[in-house]
Amino acid sequence: MTASPLQSLFPNIDDWGELGHACIDTLLMLGGSLALTVLIGLPLGVLLYLTGKGQLRAMPKFYGIVSLLVNVLRSVPFIILMIVLMPVTYALVGTKLGVRGAIPPLVIGAAPFFARLVETALREVQQGVIEAAQAMGASTWQVVRHVLLPEARGGLAAGITVTAIALVGYTAMGGAIGSGGLGDLAYRYGYLSYKSDYMLVTVVLLVVLVQLLQMMGDRIVARYKRH
Amino acid sequence: MIRFLDVHKSYRVDGREIPALQPFNLDIRDGEVFGIIGHSGAGKSTLIRLINLLERPSGGRILIGDTDMTALPEPALRAQRRRIGMIFQHFNLLSSQTVADNVAFPLRLAGERDAAKIRARVDELLARVGLTEHAGKYPSQLSGGQKQRVGIARALANRPEILLCDEATSALDPQTTASVLDLLAAINRELKLTIVLITHEMDVVRRICDRVAVLDAGRIVESGTVADVFLHPQHATTRRFVDEALPEEAATAQAPNMTGRVLRLTFRGAATLQPVLSRVMREHGVDFNLLAGRIDRIKELPYGQLTLALEGANTDAALAALRAAGIEIEEMGA
Ligand SMILES: Nc1ncnc2c1ncn2[C@@H]1O[C@H](COP(=O)(O)OP(=O)(O)OP(=O)(O)O)[C@@H](O)[C@H]1O
Ligand SMILES: [Mg+2]
Repeated sequence: MTASPLQSLFPNIDDWGELGHACIDTLLMLGGSLALTVLIGLPLGVLLYLTGKGQLRAMPKFYGIVSLLVNVLRSVPFIILMIVLMPVTYALVGTKLGVRGAIPPLVIGAAPFFARLVETALREVQQGVIEAAQAMGASTWQVVRHVLLPEARGGLAAGITVTAIALVGYTAMGGAIGSGGLGDLAYRYGYLSYKSDYMLVTVVLLVVLVQLLQMMGDRIVARYKRH
Repeated sequence: MIRFLDVHKSYRVDGREIPALQPFNLDIRDGEVFGIIGHSGAGKSTLIRLINLLERPSGGRILIGDTDMTALPEPALRAQRRRIGMIFQHFNLLSSQTVADNVAFPLRLAGERDAAKIRARVDELLARVGLTEHAGKYPSQLSGGQKQRVGIARALANRPEILLCDEATSALDPQTTASVLDLLAAINRELKLTIVLITHEMDVVRRICDRVAVLDAGRIVESGTVADVFLHPQHATTRRFVDEALPEEAATAQAPNMTGRVLRLTFRGAATLQPVLSRVMREHGVDFNLLAGRIDRIKELPYGQLTLALEGANTDAALAALRAAGIEIEEMGA
């Protein structure tokens, strides 16, 4: 059997199919958790914004409680959050392992983070524009739907990009405790078995993934910024 | 009619009540252009924002027609607000929407779903403010004057009865200011809507207002027709505003070494355009020295204001004849 260039370059990697599978797992974890994170984090961010001091629906006590909760979740390192949440994960999706088992802790870890980014992006919207809409008789919901979200879309796109990239990091960490994906390969083969070519390939793939996400995000933000 | 009844307003800052407007009463009549002038921090924005309840009064009532705005529940208040347009110093347009969508915005907020109707109304409004060819642009692609025109079109979309202007021309250069004021005057004339505008420039008041209130540190210190307030200011703050509008005159009138009786003559309306002064002076054999003067308009009313030093035996008779011809005379002190 003649050695292909790939084989001579990465002598320890004998199953490229496994690597491809790990890639797909990482993308699935990323896609699934990002979608759910936005779905939960966006309303949570809007809620934080609206109930904040001096805002449309200011509720200092409520804001204080939600804000504290968000901060607590944000300050727990992801790997610990994942372990602590294992019973919850099991109750939610029936497994602690694999792509499915990874998604609940990913979402619970990332949604509060994204919610803060949403809150910050909404605060960038000019107060005057909100006031103009109120002067036209807009309800709070109409202000959110037709003023805040469209005006903040550049900031929101940037927030989604940052969150997606953070999630790539979380999925890699999750690999160490059984969620599969590229992080799992890097950990098992690259770290535990000293197969450094595995480590190199997975790191390169993760870097490429992060680069792609950043470029896509920057593109969208730039398009919104033009106006 | 917009009617303020014993209205006052204070802001709560760090647990303390800071008064912004002292208790006042004010009536603004249907169809007039009412100006509110005052220095920065006088409470102008607070006052105008009380009208559509963007700011709630700390006490008193605000009536628009027969409706007590302060007593309305939230949904009814929103419905009322659709009948009051508002434009702003910094335009406050949606930067993510085109000019046409900005103008359509209040129609959509009011529940209009018919795209053809929205289009027709937007076209009509953009034609009205002269921006038809800019419909597809974004606000960032427009000049300040054009942005304010979009603001005006947007404010008119729901056919309001009242238009509130919060320093609408303060961010514009003098020429653009003039064209925006002309547009506002035309709208007032043709659509018969009431305009309330606030400004810190007497010139804006002189150009388009019918009546004016002068606000000083949260108090209305003077109000009346623009001609009365502008030509015969009573309060020190008002005088300062008038002097700012007529700087060269303020300087000359204070010139030293004047002999004779120094008087200020005010001509209004038709009298401005007739040779009354020269005829009366000639008939009474009085000499006059012209110290300062101007002939201009207050909205459509022509007026002249001359500062003279009179010398001669017959000055009293001459002044009586001038008064009889409808000219207002003030002694300026020796
Ligand atoms: N939201 C607020 N909270 C606390 N104080 C306020 C608030 N808005 C206005 N004030 C205070 O009320 C007073 C009147 O303010 P207002 O904005 O009405 O003045 P203005 O005449 O419009 O001034 P400017 O010409 O600078 O716009 C000021 O002393 C201001 O500091
Ligand atoms: Mg102001």
